[in-house]
Amino acid sequence: MGSSSSSRNKIPNAQELMRQTGFSSAHLLRLHDRFESLDRDNRGYLSPDDFEALGGLAMNPIGGRIIEAFFSSGQDTVDFSSFVRILAHFRPTDRNRNKEGTQQELPSSRTRKLKFAFQLYDLDRDGKISREELLQVLRAMLGLQVTEEQLQSIAERAIQEADLDKDDAISFDEFKKSLEKMDIDTKMSVSFLK
Amino acid sequence: MTALWTLSLLLSASLLGCLAVTSPDGSPLPHNLPPSLGTNSSDGSLSVDLPMALRVFSMDYHHVQAPFEIVLWIMLASLAKLGFHWSGRVPAVVPESCVLIMVGLLVGGVIYGVRHSAPPTLSADAFFLFLLPPIVLDAGYFLPGRLFFENLGTILWYAVLGTLWNVLGIGLSLYGVCLLAQSSLGDVSLLHCLLFGSLIAAVDPVAVLSVFQEMQVNEQLHILVFGESLLNDAVTVVLYKLFESFLRLPSVSGLDVLLGGCRVVVVGIGGLCVGLFFGLLAALTSRFTSRAQVIAPLFVFLYSYLSYLTSEMLHLSGIMAIVTCAATMKQYVEANVSERSNTSIQYFLKMWSSVSETLIFTFLGVSTIQDIHMWSWPFVCSTLLLCLIWRATGVLLLTAFVNKLRRNAVTFRDQFIIAYGGLRGAICFSLVFLIDDFPKKRLFITTTIVVILFTVFVQGMTIKPLVELLYVKRKKRALPTLSEEIHSRLIDHLVAGIEDVVGYWGQHYWKDKFEQFNKKYLRRFLIRNDRQASSSILRVYQELERREQRGVEEEAPPIVDPRSQGRPLLPEEMESIRRILSRNLQNFNNKQTPAYSRHTLHQDTSVDRTRKPLYRHQSLGERYSYNTITHFQVHDGGLSEPQRVRTGLSRSHTVCSISPRSTLLDSSDSAGPAQTRSMDPKAAREDLVSPKHQETVERAARKHLSFVLENEKQQ
Repeated sequence: MGSSSSSRNKIPNAQELMRQTGFSSAHLLRLHDRFESLDRDNRGYLSPDDFEALGGLAMNPIGGRIIEAFFSSGQDTVDFSSFVRILAHFRPTDRNRNKEGTQQELPSSRTRKLKFAFQLYDLDRDGKISREELLQVLRAMLGLQVTEEQLQSIAERAIQEADLDKDDAISFDEFKKSLEKMDIDTKMSVSFLK
Repeated sequence: MTALWTLSLLLSASLLGCLAVTSPDGSPLPHNLPPSLGTNSSDGSLSVDLPMALRVFSMDYHHVQAPFEIVLWIMLASLAKLGFHWSGRVPAVVPESCVLIMVGLLVGGVIYGVRHSAPPTLSADAFFLFLLPPIVLDAGYFLPGRLFFENLGTILWYAVLGTLWNVLGIGLSLYGVCLLAQSSLGDVSLLHCLLFGSLIAAVDPVAVLSVFQEMQVNEQLHILVFGESLLNDAVTVVLYKLFESFLRLPSVSGLDVLLGGCRVVVVGIGGLCVGLFFGLLAALTSRFTSRAQVIAPLFVFLYSYLSYLTSEMLHLSGIMAIVTCAATMKQYVEANVSERSNTSIQYFLKMWSSVSETLIFTFLGVSTIQDIHMWSWPFVCSTLLLCLIWRATGVLLLTAFVNKLRRNAVTFRDQFIIAYGGLRGAICFSLVFLIDDFPKKRLFITTTIVVILFTVFVQGMTIKPLVELLYVKRKKRALPTLSEEIHSRLIDHLVAGIEDVVGYWGQHYWKDKFEQFNKKYLRRFLIRNDRQASSSILRVYQELERREQRGVEEEAPPIVDPRSQGRPLLPEEMESIRRILSRNLQNFNNKQTPAYSRHTLHQDTSVDRTRKPLYRHQSLGERYSYNTITHFQVHDGGLSEPQRVRTGLSRSHTVCSISPRSTLLDSSDSAGPAQTRSMDPKAAREDLVSPKHQETVERAARKHLSFVLENEKQQ
């Protein structure tokens, strides 16, 4: 793959990225290759249709939301560093890192992972998952197999379970609490990324 | 319950009576169908002799002797099994296999006492040809495919290398023991020890299954032990035959050993190929069974058995053949035959394997009572010890290697269970009988029996408390909350999406490639085509229209009505919702598949339905919904165009209610209003998949068949 120094020159701010995301340089290179292969027109950034060309993502019930998650804050392009930062959420959590973990929380920490998942629900970014937002996600995931009534009941029940301050919406803390028993660290990590 | 015991006592008495009636020498072994089945034996028949008059009442036992005895044995064993399950606390402590062996011991002892000669034994032929195939077929048919293939590397690692390690280790150390105890064991040669090692080292799938299913361990562990016990058959068979042929050769050269190594590969892969061949043939045949649906299940059994017999004929691994055959044909057969046939297949598989297993264990007990035992303290004890030691060290070493490559490491506790759960069973027993006679053969037989009894009793009984002691990760008992389920599914989808973005060429790569191949060629060829699908939809539609016109009173199960949003959900509804969620959403790193179980069928049925995810293509602007019977995710690399439904009769499956007891609609019978009337509201709540090709069909298809369909008109 060429000598590491010259390839690292391809990637701007490689050291900074590695520090912020926790990726090793080998992984960073691999991701860069992947970025370039996705970027069909070689523009140096990705746009939504680059993502939609991925067949699997197109068939994913929440594919659209995932794609949107890459394009934060209204932009319609994503460059390499944002790409890597998003993917860094899916690194397996390093439990033994005490050095930098407390200062700069790595994206792969449990809280950040949960935040990412939370934002898949909370499209309007108001910090709460409203009933309507939950319904939308449920509808996307369950498809045609349930009636509207059942969807309402499911959403109702889910909110009842999680909503502790009774404001009929799930805040991030309530979301975190409802998932405290789940092993997010392994569940939400892609082992390819380390 | 007392009735049960009285009945079984009566039966045992009659069995003993029959056995006592026949002369000890001339009686055929119950499991070898005697060649003289049709002819009367020379003993004549008992009869009430009226001088010179017509015999009003006579009894001719010998005419029916063989089948009669067989049936009585099966009956006895099955009643013992029934009694076992009804007897309070016993099932919690003692595994079923132990009880059956004890019953066998009892019966054997009584027979011995009555007749003063050995009771009928389990002949190797009967075992290998009749008793073993149903069990392995059942295991292969319900093999959790995805889990198996995910762990295939590890399983092969344990099966091949582990068995080799055990065989060589036990064989060589036993030879050492024999050398040490020259006085009593001097005439046991190295080859004999190796031969013995090869048959005693193999873990037995029957015993493993019967013990593990009563323990609730996590599925990964279960599949590791079980998969290993299945696959080590190839190695065992080869090594056994190898050493046996070496024994017959005047001398052994290095070339022979090398050839032996090649043979392992040939036997394993050969068995695989034979199984594949017959599996595909069966799938093809099932495609044409629509006009004679009643015999469709028969093909499943015939082809599987044929594959087993063929590979046995070619000295390949029969177990591998039959497992491959069953695993291959399953998805195609399920798509091709009707719902009822599917149920029949599954029930028959379970039934036959249960009977087989019961008989094997019972006969194991009976065969223990024999004249031909020869005891030798050093040999027996050292064998026991060595089996345990070598297995433990083997597992430890192998796992140390394999953990570096695996995603989920095999923990120390898991390793303990794997090592401790290596039970020996009837395969060893039969193999030891097949050895060519030599002075110490009886010793080998005795030792084998002791080892089997020890592992089944001691290890089988103590493994459960030990598991609890070590807090092995069990299946999650507590149901996850609804939030957890929803979020967990969302995260699954998310991770899948991210994997797509990253282009993760992990274990999904080959799976996807296979699925593509499967879709393009195999399914098209082996599954009845689409025309059936639309006609079954139409049939549903017509059926519904018919019912509507008839004005069925069962319309709305009481729960249905317009509900206010705040109404709390009934437990049944929660259950159905939970089922919907788990069934219809994709499961990726799904650790929640129920493990294989001998006794439950419904669980398995619903598991299979889990693998039929339903997608909705919102992102493409059009709303196609399709239904795939696939064990893998439908993430074909690079597949961008929407895929229309190609499921053949699967449509009719999913339109039907899932539980076997109330099939609503078969593609076969279009009538059946009586069925739906008797259907209870709970069954009505099973969810259905409704196709969305036409509005009218959609509307009509969502009526009265389930809770789901009720008020879909708002959609």
